[in-house]
Amino acid sequence: MKSRHKKFMAIGLGLAGLGVIVALVLNAFKDNLVFFYSPSQVVAGEAPQGRAFRVGGMVEEGSIERQTDGLTVRFVVTDTAQTIPVVYKGSLPDLFKEGKGVVAEGALGDGGVFVASQVLAKHDENYMPPEAAHALEQAAKAQKTVVTQ
Amino acid sequence: MIPELGNFALIIALLLAITQAVFPIYGAQTGRVTLMRLARPAAHGQFFFVFLAYLCLLYSFVVNDFSVTNVARNSFSQLPVVYRITASWGSHEGSLLFWVLILALWTLAVALFSRRLPEDMVARVLGVMGMISIGFLAFLLTTSNPFLREFPIPMDGNDMNPLLQDWGMIIHPPMLYMGYVGFAVAFAFAIAALISGKLDAAWARWSRPWTTVAWAFLTLGIVLGSWWAYRELGWGGWWFWDPTENASFMPWIAGTALIHSLAVTEKRGAFKAWTVLLALTAFSLSLLGTFLVRSGVLSSVHAFATDPARGAFILGFLVVVIGGSLVLYAWRAPKMITGGQFTWFSREALLLGNNVVLLAALGSVLLGTLYPLFIDAMGMGKISVGPPYFNAVFVPLMAPVLFLMGIGPLVRWRGDSLPDVASRLKWALAVAVATGFLLPFTLDGFNPWATLGFFLAIWIALSVLVSFRERLKFSQGANRFSRLAALPLGFWGMQMAHFGMAIGIAGITVVANYESEKTVRMEVGSFTEMAGYTFTFRGHTEHDGPNYRAARGVVEVSKDGRTLYTLHPEKRIYNASGMPMTEAALHPSIWRDLYVSLGEPLDETTGAWAVSVFYKPFINWMWLGATLMVIGGFLAAADRRYRIAVKSRADAKAGVAAQGA
Repeated sequence: MKSRHKKFMAIGLGLAGLGVIVALVLNAFKDNLVFFYSPSQVVAGEAPQGRAFRVGGMVEEGSIERQTDGLTVRFVVTDTAQTIPVVYKGSLPDLFKEGKGVVAEGALGDGGVFVASQVLAKHDENYMPPEAAHALEQAAKAQKTVVTQ
Repeated sequence: MIPELGNFALIIALLLAITQAVFPIYGAQTGRVTLMRLARPAAHGQFFFVFLAYLCLLYSFVVNDFSVTNVARNSFSQLPVVYRITASWGSHEGSLLFWVLILALWTLAVALFSRRLPEDMVARVLGVMGMISIGFLAFLLTTSNPFLREFPIPMDGNDMNPLLQDWGMIIHPPMLYMGYVGFAVAFAFAIAALISGKLDAAWARWSRPWTTVAWAFLTLGIVLGSWWAYRELGWGGWWFWDPTENASFMPWIAGTALIHSLAVTEKRGAFKAWTVLLALTAFSLSLLGTFLVRSGVLSSVHAFATDPARGAFILGFLVVVIGGSLVLYAWRAPKMITGGQFTWFSREALLLGNNVVLLAALGSVLLGTLYPLFIDAMGMGKISVGPPYFNAVFVPLMAPVLFLMGIGPLVRWRGDSLPDVASRLKWALAVAVATGFLLPFTLDGFNPWATLGFFLAIWIALSVLVSFRERLKFSQGANRFSRLAALPLGFWGMQMAHFGMAIGIAGITVVANYESEKTVRMEVGSFTEMAGYTFTFRGHTEHDGPNYRAARGVVEVSKDGRTLYTLHPEKRIYNASGMPMTEAALHPSIWRDLYVSLGEPLDETTGAWAVSVFYKPFINWMWLGATLMVIGGFLAAADRRYRIAVKSRADAKAGVAAQGA
C-alpha cells in the first residue's frame, strides 16, 4: 500500500512538472510567433502596432537609397499593388537587390515607415523567399478580382 | 553509357533489397536457417550495386557529363574537382542516392560485425534494414532518378550553390548522414526485438555500440554544419534555430536520450519499452529530417504541389514506417517484462529524469519547427518562429538536465544515499557556485545567464574529476598512469563526452555573453577598434578564383601599435550563377576568433566599403567540446565488453528463452 502511494505521488509530481513545462513552452511560443503581412495588408491596417512582424515582396526598382553614414539603407517593398517604405541599418544579405524578393522583420515606426531589425534573403538565387512569393501572388489575385469585377 | 549502368545497378540493388527484406525474416519466423542465411550475401550484394551506382554518378560529375540532368543542374565545368565530387550529393536526387549508399554501408557493417549474434536476430535486423532500403530505392527510381538524361545537351552546367563551395560542406553531409542513417541500425534492432519478442539485456548490449557510434557521427555532422554556417554565412552566427538545423538537432536529442536509456536497459534490464520507443523515435525523426530538408518543403510547402508524386511517396513512406512500427510496438510492448527495482534516488531515476526533460525539449523544438509548416499547409497564413522562442524555451529546459549530468554518474544503480552523494560533491558544488557567481564580475558585471553557464560548465567538469578520483581508488595498477589506462573505455568515453559538454557550455556562455560586433563604413586607411585590437582597412584588390571573381579586402590587425595579422575577406561573384557571396576572413586562436567580412562597396571613388568586424571569445571551445563528445562516443563504443561478453551472455539468454518457450 505504502509503495503504491509513493508511486502515485511520483507520477503525480511528474505530471505536474510536465504540465508546468508545457504551459511555459506554449506561453513562450505564443509570445514569439512572428506573423507575416504583405504590403497591401499593412496599408490596409491589418498589421499590429508595436509588435514585430514580417513584411515581404519585391524591392522596388530604383528605391534603394543609402544614408550618408553608408550603413543606413532605405528601400521600398512592393507587392505590385501597394508599397511600404523600409529603413534598415546594418549589413545586407548578398542577394539583396532591386527587383528581387525580400523579407524584412521589424515593426512599424513613425509615419508608416517599417523599421527593420533584420533583412532576409534566400541562400539560393533560384528561390524567391516563400513569403515574398506569397505576397506577390496575393496581390496578383486581388488585382485580378478587381479587374473581373 | 555510364549513367545507364548506374541506373541498372540501382535496379539490381532494389531486387537484392527485396530479397534481403523478405526471405530472412520469413526464415526467422519459420525457423528455416537456409532462408535466414540469405541476409548476409544479399547485404553484401546490395552494397556492391549501390556503390557501383554511386560511382557512376560520381564519374558523371567528375567528367562533366552535362547530358545528365542532375549534373547539368548542379555542377559547372570550371568547378574545382573536389566540389564536383561533393556536388554529387548536393542535389535532391544525389543526396538520396548518397543516403541509400550510407544505409548499404551500415548494413554491410552489421552483416560483417555480427558473427556473435544469433542467426535469427541477424536475419531480422538485416531484413528490417532491407525494408528501409526498398523504400528509398523505390523512391529514387520512381520519382528522383539521378541518372536521367537531358536533350539537347546543355553547353555547360548551372554550377553548385556557391555557399556550398566550402570544405566544411565537403565533410558535413557524409557525417550527418552517417548519423541519421546509423539510427536505422538501432531502429532495426528494436523492430527485430519486437518481432521476436526477445527484448532483454543482451538486445540492449548489441544495439548499444551501434547507437553510440551513430550518435557520435550525428554530433560531428551537426557541429560541422554549425562551423560551416559560422565561417560561410558571413555574419558570425553559428546556430540560427533554422528548420534545416532543427531537422538534424531533433534526432540528436532523441538519440542522446536513447543512448542514456540503453545504458539502463543494458545494466539493469529496466526501461525496455521506453528504450524501444526512443529507438523508433530517433529514426523516425531522422527520416523526417531528411525529407524536410531534401523535399524542398521548407522553402515552400507548395513544393509538394509542383511534384505530387514525390510528396505522396514521402508522406506514404513516413506513414508506413512510423505507423507500422508504432502498431507493432503497441502490440508487443505490453508483453515486455520490466525488471530491476530502483528507488527515487538512483542512477536509473536520474537517467529517467534526464530522458523526460530531453523529450520535453525535443517536443518544444518539434513544435517550433513544424507548426509554421502546418499553418502554411492549411492555408491559415504565414508565420515564423524565431530564435527568441527557442532560446526562451530550450535554455531553461536544458539547465536541469545539465545539472543532473554532474550527479548521475556518481550515483549508484538501484539506490544511493542523498547525503552521501552530497558530501562527495560538496566541494565541486561550492567551487562551481562561487566561480559561476564571481567570474562575471571580473568580466563585465553581474549577468545571470553567464553565471548559470559558468556554474554548469564548472560543475560538470569538476564532477568528471571527482568521478575519476573515485574510480582510481578501485582501479588496479602500479602507478597512476597504469591505473588510468586500466579504466574501461566505456567509462573514459562517457567522462570525455561529459567533459566535452562542459567545455562546450563554457564556449557558448562566453561567446553568447561577451562577443562584440560592429558594421562600419571604412575608407582606405580608416580604422576601427574592438577588444583591444585595431582593424585598419587598406583597400581591396581584384582577384580571380577558379569559378568566380572577387574583390579581396586587405584588413590589418594590430595591437599596441604592432601589426599582427593581415586578413583578406572577399566579396565574390560566381561566374555561372552571377550570385554574389561574402567570404569572411578569420584569425582563430584558442581564446578568440577575429572575424572580418565585407559588406557592400559604398563609394567607387574613395574605395569605401561597409565592413563588419567581430570579436568572438572562446568560440573554438564549442568546436573543441563537441569534438571531445564525438571522441567520447567512439571510445565508449570501442569498449571491449561489447566484443567479449556478448557471446556468453547471448548463449545464456538463448538457453533461457528456449526453456521459456
